[in-house]
Amino acid sequence: MRYTESSKGVLGKTKCYHCGETNIGLVRFDNKDFCCEGCKLVYELLNENNLCTYYSLNHTPGNTQKSAYSGKFNYLDYKEIESALLAFSDNAQSRITFFIPKMHCSSCIWLLENLHKLNPAVISSQVNFLKKEATITYNHPNLKLSSLVELLSDIGYEPLINLNDLENKKVVPNNRKRIIKIGVAGFCFGNIMMMSFPEYFSVGKFYDRADLKTFFGVLNLFLSLPVIFYSASEFFVSAYKSIKSRYLNIDAPIAISILVIFIRSIYEIVSGAGVGYLDSMTGIVFFMLIGRYFQEKTYETLSFERDYKSYFPVAVTVTKDKKESSILVTQLKRGDRIIIRNSEIIPADSILVSESTHIDYSFVTGESKPVKKYAGELIYAGGKQLDGAIQLDTEKEVSQSYLTGLWNNDQQSQAQNKESQNFVLKINKYFVFSLLIVAVAAFGFWAFEGDAGRGIAAVTSVLIIACPCALLLSATFTNGNMLRIFGRNKFYIKNASVIERLTDVDTIVFDKTGTITHGSSVKFEGKELNEEEIAIAVSLAFNSSHPLSRKICENYPEIKKVAVTNFKEIKGQGISGIVNDKIVMMGSRYFVTEQKEEAGSSSSKVYLLIDNKVKGCFSINSFYRKGIVSIAQELKKEYSIQLLSGDNNAEKETLKQLFNSENDLHFNKQPEEKLGFIRSLQQKGHNVIMIGDGLNDAGALMQSNVGIAVSDDTNNFSPSCDAILDGSAFEKLKVFLDFAKSGKKIIVASFIVSLIYNVIGLSYAVQGTLSPVIAAILMPLSSISIVLLTTISSSLIAKIKGL
Amino acid sequence: MGVLFILIGASILVALGFLIAFIWSVRSGQFEDDYTPSVRILFDNEIDTANNKGQTTIKEISKLSKTTNK
Repeated sequence: MRYTESSKGVLGKTKCYHCGETNIGLVRFDNKDFCCEGCKLVYELLNENNLCTYYSLNHTPGNTQKSAYSGKFNYLDYKEIESALLAFSDNAQSRITFFIPKMHCSSCIWLLENLHKLNPAVISSQVNFLKKEATITYNHPNLKLSSLVELLSDIGYEPLINLNDLENKKVVPNNRKRIIKIGVAGFCFGNIMMMSFPEYFSVGKFYDRADLKTFFGVLNLFLSLPVIFYSASEFFVSAYKSIKSRYLNIDAPIAISILVIFIRSIYEIVSGAGVGYLDSMTGIVFFMLIGRYFQEKTYETLSFERDYKSYFPVAVTVTKDKKESSILVTQLKRGDRIIIRNSEIIPADSILVSESTHIDYSFVTGESKPVKKYAGELIYAGGKQLDGAIQLDTEKEVSQSYLTGLWNNDQQSQAQNKESQNFVLKINKYFVFSLLIVAVAAFGFWAFEGDAGRGIAAVTSVLIIACPCALLLSATFTNGNMLRIFGRNKFYIKNASVIERLTDVDTIVFDKTGTITHGSSVKFEGKELNEEEIAIAVSLAFNSSHPLSRKICENYPEIKKVAVTNFKEIKGQGISGIVNDKIVMMGSRYFVTEQKEEAGSSSSKVYLLIDNKVKGCFSINSFYRKGIVSIAQELKKEYSIQLLSGDNNAEKETLKQLFNSENDLHFNKQPEEKLGFIRSLQQKGHNVIMIGDGLNDAGALMQSNVGIAVSDDTNNFSPSCDAILDGSAFEKLKVFLDFAKSGKKIIVASFIVSLIYNVIGLSYAVQGTLSPVIAAILMPLSSISIVLLTTISSSLIAKIKGL
Repeated sequence: MGVLFILIGASILVALGFLIAFIWSVRSGQFEDDYTPSVRILFDNEIDTANNKGQTTIKEISKLSKTTNK
């Protein structure tokens, strides 16, 4: 559904029929073009099984095929891993739910739900597109779990299985319970309302009949029981907890007023004095529950609480006595010899046994260049291995590695710190306090007049009317609507309290790599190269594992490589070789041209020489995010902005223009130092937003008042945080902050409106003359008007701000 | 007026039926995914005859692809 472009491609180049990649190295099959053998094989497989509808639903729906070594999934056949992953299993069949991040269009749904045509042992498969999950039931004796995963990965839908999956067995979503609670409350509310109609209108003679009146009363009482004991239970539980810890939360006054209404209604019905206010009570519960449901917008595929467990693989290959086997990473012990293959993650701190390798730590430290490691060196967990298979000796268990320690760094003190400053709570305190004064004053007045019975009626009425539900609804619905508006603009916020914290911020701290920079760009300076020359340069660079060579190769993915002979690499200088019978050199200026290096250049340059002619150089620059200049300029006006980078200060000059002064730029910061930096800012009384992306920012993100993780693919891993910002929405940052502030104003405005309702209600209440009809009209009227006011005004403001 | 008691009783019973149906639908997960079914319903059914003729198992395919590769 997402892909609408035609398969003809740009500039006359053809696109791969399967994955849509434009590529020169085309494979032709069945009158269709494919970019690689992998894609062709998938097509072949689908074609043989009459599954080509896959291609007719969307153009080029496939995923690029990466070669995986066979046996990659063997670990899945270990009994304990298998049983931890399966949702259900008996002798005949098993059921499992996979998270498949590559699912992206309706073709994917179609193919994944037709898996049984590819392998008859699959009984059924069902896709939840929003969660990117596929639940597969299969015939266990005939199909191993590893073969099932291999089948999925063969057709381009490799499921993501990580350590987290082993630990939490699928729980019934909390959502279900809440929906049922709302349903029950709504059912009872509606029916009680209907039973109360005769009372509202005091219709005719028959209502004088006492038996009818008690019948309706008792019926209402029965209908209200499920509301009190089931639907409203969460209010009582949380109120009880808050009173026990001597701290007034928002649920306490609600619970008290529900209880007061209930008791008074029982009394009225039993004594025959009236019909009570059960309709209002159930209505309050119903609206409050809807408000909560609306506010707790959850993003199905996003997770804000990720820790190292969702980053690490489930199993690792261990060699013992020259035999390879897979074990769970949690069972990895000191001294185990592990094998890590290309682009796998190193799961535990360990010592390199193989000769040398390159490790990409960009996610852990923020350092953008891969690090070369030699035999005997300690390698920290979390790095990605870039070379061929290497062997390592485990030094520490997974849970004790450097990276995991970083994550566990005082998480607990953080949670409290973040929740304490709630705006609604503050108002609520004054509200409850003034309410008590009104109630006591009313009781005192009537007691003085000698009518204590009326006094009690007045007190209960005050509590009924002033149930702060309108107050609470205004906050829940404003925040709920704002969460949705933010979400629509690709700014995914964990919960409503984060919106509130956004409004108090005065300092914004940015990480560099991956946050304000984003990949790198390669440009050729000099006379433009023809295709043959590019091919020569790329082929040479392909033989080197130097990071700059790799970047050059990545920049020309479609180039067909040619053979290189006499390849030589001189460390720290450059590479040379013979390509197409030409002598080619690439490397530093001195290496290639024998001239001195230029001083003060911020970009890295790789000079190219073919056949003794210097052709020019590739200059490799960090690529700044779109709109970073204007964003920085606007933010500077209202906030203090700072840079906190784990990288070196190579780009200091460029960055100086973005930030106020050199003092705001902090380079070479270790992850703990980042955390400490945020903490020291907070100790000076600042409220800080940390914007980062990597594991190295995890501590700082947690410590900050609001931690925002920037991610270019929100399905990818991101460290635990309060909000996830899609990279493409980065330039809207200022608008987001402004909008959060307007939200606060909306809440204040609707507070005032709800206060007016309360004053009207209270004027009846203090006189002790609140009739059920007035209560039944005022309560839904105030609730609904507040809901409308908040949602409409917040949507309107969003529109004005261009969100 | 006695009939009122019966009628109200009956109406509550009917309403309870709906409530139970609602709870059952939530429990069976019908509220969990509000997107995929809307796509699923648009998929055409495969023509059965073509399907039966062309149905091959994975093993046969791998044999086939091996022979074609040669």
